Amino acid sequence: MEKPFAITLNPGSSLANHTGSWRTERPVYVDRLPPCNQQCPAGEDIQGWLFHAESGDYETAWRHLTRDNPFPAIMGRVCYHTCEGACNRGKIDSPVGINSVERFLGDEALKQGWTFAPVSVNSGKRVLVVGAGPSGMSAAYHLRRLGHHVTVQDAGPFLGGMMRFGIPKYRLPRDVLEAEMQRIVALGVEVKLNSRVDNILESMKTGKFDAAFLAVGAHIGKRAYIPAGDTARIVDAISVLRSMEGEEKPMLGRRVIVYGGGNTAIDVARTAKRMGADPIIVYRRNREKAPAHDFEIEEALQEGVMVKWLSTIKQAGESSITIEKMVLDDKGFPQPTGEFETMEADSVVLALGQDVDLGLLDGVPGLEVADGVVKVAPNMMTGHPGIFAGGDMVPAERNVTVAIGHGKKAARHIDAWLRSATHEAPKKHEVATFERLNTWYYSDAPKTVQPMLDIIRRQSTFDEVQGGLDETNALFEARRCLSCGNCFECDNCYGVCPDNAVIKLGAGKRFEFNYDYCKGCGICAAECPCGAIVMEPEKL
Amino acid sequence: MSMQPVKFYQTGTFTVGNRLLAPEDRSVQSNMERTNSLNSGHRACQGCGEALGARYAIDAAMKATNRQLIAANATGCLEVFSTPYPESSWQIPWIHSLFGNTAAVATGIAAAIKVKKGKGQGGQHGDIRVVAQGGDGGTTDIGFGCLSGMFERNDDVLYICYDNEAYMNTGVQRSSATPPAARTATTMPVGEHPGNNFGQGKFVPAIAMAHGIPYVATATVADLRDLEHKVTKAMSFRGARYLHILVPCPLGWGTASHDTIRMARLAKETGLFPVFEAEYGEVVSSLPIRHRLPVEEYLRPQKRFAHLFGKTPAVATIARIQSMADKNIRKYGLRFTGGA
Repeated sequence: MEKPFAITLNPGSSLANHTGSWRTERPVYVDRLPPCNQQCPAGEDIQGWLFHAESGDYETAWRHLTRDNPFPAIMGRVCYHTCEGACNRGKIDSPVGINSVERFLGDEALKQGWTFAPVSVNSGKRVLVVGAGPSGMSAAYHLRRLGHHVTVQDAGPFLGGMMRFGIPKYRLPRDVLEAEMQRIVALGVEVKLNSRVDNILESMKTGKFDAAFLAVGAHIGKRAYIPAGDTARIVDAISVLRSMEGEEKPMLGRRVIVYGGGNTAIDVARTAKRMGADPIIVYRRNREKAPAHDFEIEEALQEGVMVKWLSTIKQAGESSITIEKMVLDDKGFPQPTGEFETMEADSVVLALGQDVDLGLLDGVPGLEVADGVVKVAPNMMTGHPGIFAGGDMVPAERNVTVAIGHGKKAARHIDAWLRSATHEAPKKHEVATFERLNTWYYSDAPKTVQPMLDIIRRQSTFDEVQGGLDETNALFEARRCLSCGNCFECDNCYGVCPDNAVIKLGAGKRFEFNYDYCKGCGICAAECPCGAIVMEPEKL
Repeated sequence: MSMQPVKFYQTGTFTVGNRLLAPEDRSVQSNMERTNSLNSGHRACQGCGEALGARYAIDAAMKATNRQLIAANATGCLEVFSTPYPESSWQIPWIHSLFGNTAAVATGIAAAIKVKKGKGQGGQHGDIRVVAQGGDGGTTDIGFGCLSGMFERNDDVLYICYDNEAYMNTGVQRSSATPPAARTATTMPVGEHPGNNFGQGKFVPAIAMAHGIPYVATATVADLRDLEHKVTKAMSFRGARYLHILVPCPLGWGTASHDTIRMARLAKETGLFPVFEAEYGEVVSSLPIRHRLPVEEYLRPQKRFAHLFGKTPAVATIARIQSMADKNIRKYGLRFTGGA
């Protein structure tokens, strides 16, 4: 090349200078486990489905959600959403309304008539699911999607189990419940209602089943000894709630005493209120110690349910009961005071917990029962090979979400067991803790409040208490997600690199580092909003 | 008109990009087709704020001018690290001037373009525009005379000052942009008044405003969208324009290389560096403080202020610096007044 006077070298680009050699630490993209996902008993990828909801792609969000949990419309109403307690956004303003977005997606799916993709594989294996509650139907869904032939058998006349016979209508409308149940049936799951399984081994043999999943729930109300006159009307809460589903509504009278402090006690008191009664809950400890969720106690109090804290029933007569006042001792246990009080009562409803009817397991070898529930291994299998169990009949916290999680987990292990393999759950990522986030980058946005039904209608009808979000505020709520620990393509790393050493791969493909030029300054990691970049020491 | 922030969309305007926004509402830096005017392989230190600020600003100017842009560059870090003979990181027509005459060189280029245009030899892809750029030394000290002349003649040049508050390239010597109490190689933390003295200060954006030129603005590398908006807006004016960008320097400030953007953010959030824009000598808008912080939050992480936080903290000095921040907040209306 002809060069001007005094110029001896050709001009060149600085790309010849590989500044990556200066680096002592290198940035690496990671995925972390968001605390909501970690918390979810049903194992939902909450951050994952919110990501799709954020862009308004509700169908993809719904499909992503239902990979793990087939009941978003139900969950969006009855799940106790412990995910929101774990949500990192709670440390900024208030947690993301995960539950309300889930409900919106569930309702949207019912409105739009979205169905599950048809099953295209056939394993030739047959699985019997006993119990059409949340656990059984969740297992049926996952097993069917894995290609197995599934038969669900239930003693009751409807699908849903405790979701129908234990959860009142004002919390879970029956058309919603039925629609989400039928969507699973439409996948090709065989259902036999009104047909109790009396002997599991016999049923498996006659039906030529290769494996069974038991999820019969806990339907027998616990009794407590209360000295009572002949005419005293004492019933158990579960029977009351169940009879609400039938033709004959329970006769409780006007002055209804509900004995217990759990969610069932609250449900039955609120049900009685709607039937025109004046329910009073009697519980031996105080509100702080009550096992019921505080928001449910609050809603019951708003509706006019009365509560006698720190009281036990000593005696029940024809139209009155005698209660004894209690005090909490140093350890928080209630102790009698010897002070008595008489209250008018037409009936007493016992809400003291439930037991499992284990009759179908009589004579099954290898099975182990302790404290009225069936012991299962970590893979959800009972002591008898091929018989798995989950839900309220195994030792665990008793709620719908845990039951659904059991169904999914059991389905995966049953699938592996049928193939004579073992299911290894993929290793979980490290948790995306709040400290790893750079919250500067998120817009300030407090939570959207779900509409509540008028108090008068809550006291007199079984209309649903909690309203849903509409499209605008569901989208707003989804976008409050911080996407903890998982890249959401905000382009920060691509923008903030002083060395232009981050390569943007295009929408949906994330980014990669150009280690030829990355000097390892760490700005990308420091300025990543969601903590999806770590700095690792360079190896010599 | 000031920048209209995106109110919500998960991250609003805070992040570089936002997949939820329409493509035309996204930043220049989030674009896969950005010019990368200052390319990889430059020799700036790890975490250099100036390298980042220069790419932000020139990429935005390239977009605003349809890539019809010539840059004159004063001697200083930016020139030294980007263009060691015969290599260059610049992917635009670029000329290295002396330390003090960049404004004059840019004026000359603008004049030449005007003459060529008169002869029918203008650019084929629209008007060719000129930027001049330099550090605080080349702008507020050595090049100040040429700069003031360029303002006074209202030459059609956008002058961009990358302010890292000292002569970093030559070993961190004090400039007229060095803040009070800061340690530099020439203002050591010794004696009765350790660090740089509390002088009258020399805030060049205010001096530029006093010239009554069409457009003056300040920005930091912590607010990309605001910075890009100001470059784009500056390019919509004819005549002399001035943009002053705060670019933290890990070496000179004694901060961790990953803290560059955080330091710029803290400078803005404490009120020590007011971010505003002015037209024809009057302030027209300012970027409000989002979460107001005391100046200690900004000073403490910097080794150049370490002597303020010794065994007996220099409470009086810190209070004096705080009062400077408070004055900025009053003067430029930086108080948060609601909205997103």
